[in-house]
This record gives sequence, C-alpha cells and structure tokens, in this order.
Amino acid sequence: MDFRVFNLGLVDFKKALQFQKEIFQEIKNNSFNGALILCRHYPVITAGRGGKTENIKVPLSELKNRGIHLYEIERGGDVTYHGPGQLIAYPVFNLNYLKKDIHLFLRQLEWLAIDFLSDFGIKGLRHKGLTGVWIDKKKVASIGIAIRDWITFHGISINIKQDDLDNFSLIKPCGMDIEMTSLESVLNRGVEIDKIKNNLIDKFRESYEFRKPVTHNS
Amino acid sequence: MAKVVLPELGEGIEKATVSYWYFKEGEKVNEKDDLVELTTDKATFNLPSPCSGMLSEIYFHEGDTVNIGEVLAVIEESQN
Repeated sequence: MDFRVFNLGLVDFKKALQFQKEIFQEIKNNSFNGALILCRHYPVITAGRGGKTENIKVPLSELKNRGIHLYEIERGGDVTYHGPGQLIAYPVFNLNYLKKDIHLFLRQLEWLAIDFLSDFGIKGLRHKGLTGVWIDKKKVASIGIAIRDWITFHGISINIKQDDLDNFSLIKPCGMDIEMTSLESVLNRGVEIDKIKNNLIDKFRESYEFRKPVTHNS
Repeated sequence: MAKVVLPELGEGIEKATVSYWYFKEGEKVNEKDDLVELTTDKATFNLPSPCSGMLSEIYFHEGDTVNIGEVLAVIEESQN
C-alpha cells in the first residue's frame, strides 16, 4: 500500500484542512492509497460535530483579541485547542484497503500514541469511554476524525511543549473538566518537535505495515 | 423504493447518532451523493445515497440514535 508523508511544518489550520481535502480527493481518485500529514498549527480552537458553545469558557471577542480563530468542522468530538506546541498527525487513509472498522481505527491511533510515548519512558493510558491518550488522569493526546467513503481525515494531536498548555484554559477540552499535560511537562526537560516527528512517522509505519513511505517537504 | 440502511461499522459497534442530513424529505438525490452524516465515538462518517431519486421519508432525525441494520430513510428511485 502506498504511503506518502507530508511535512507541512507550522501552518494555518484552514490551509492544512484544505490540503487534507485535496489529498483526500486524490486518494478517492485512487492516485494513491494513504497519506500521513504532519504539522503544527498557529493557535486555533476547533469545534467538532459534538461541539457545544458553552464549552468555550470565554467570549468570542476574547478569542479574537488573542488572535485565536474558532472553526466549526466535520470531525467527531467537542471543542479542542491546537497550537504550535503540539505535534499533529492527519492520517488520510483509505480504510477500504485496511479494515473498515471505525472504532478499531480510533484505538489504533491511541495505541500508536502510547507506543510513541513509551519510547520516552512515559506510560500513556487509554481510559474506557474517553477517547484519547492520558498520562495518569491528565490528557496528552486528543483524537477526532472524519470518514467519508471509508477514507479518513482529521486525526490526532499530541501535546509536546509545556508552554503551550495555557490556552486549554479557554475551553472545556472535549466538553470535560480535565487537565491537559504535555511530553515536556512529564519529562521535565525541553523537547524539539522537529527532532521527534520521525518517531511518530515510524509508529504509523509499524502499525499499518506500509511500504517505506515517500516523504514530501513543503 | 430503496432503503437506506445503517451498515456494519466495525466490531462491537451497535449504533450511531445522526449528526447531519444533507437533504430534506422531498428533495432529489443522485446516486453516491452524501445523504447523511452520523457519529460514533470521536468519528463522523457519511452514508452515500444508494441510488438516484427522491428522498421520500426520513425515519431518524439529527440527534437520534440508530442501530446497525435499521432503515434510516427511503428513496423513491428515478425511472430512467
């Protein structure tokens, strides 16, 4: 199965979503079967289909003052925050060539994030009924996907930088009163996102047994 | 008449929630048009229209829970 990797770097959320949709269309047209898009975002809050406005704790004018856009999007889940301190992976995979099982795909995303954390000596956890990855009772990775014609988009964001957690206080992440944490917070040392993104690519490769992917930098 | 049925979505998935209808009752649809979006866990997914015709009846509305195998809607097929 073809598996292409796209490193977008620090990119506006809307541009990355547009890019996902273009890749989605290529996959739908059978140009290739799978793509993994890696990126970071400028600060943004997104509300999935389950998103409730009361889960944004500040007036929209406050978000505007902080330069944070709010987008309502087609993924599952409630509200979340994305910022430059996260490593984000958008797997655009054609499940027609894997397994047509929505929950299995979500669980695989959790497991590969747990595997990614374990390489740093961190024990990531799944909590039943609370999709995502947790370190003890704090959330470190959030998941929300959309599937159209059995092709996935949107994906998983992993909190890496300690100094990019404050904006979570603007919302109730996933509609819950929870604390977020990051890789740096747990390790108590600095981590450069650019230096660890290949670890995540490797986890996707191992999970999905793809052929060696072709990497495109843009 | 073609029935729009909620298909198997994976092991252990028994139901999903209707999150968005792309068409209203009485509207024309084309085969493979996105008809309805549903949600399970942290995922949304679409059901395409199985044929071209008129969406004559919707049995489950936004917010309703649907079991696998249940009929969501009926389409009166075009006579082409």
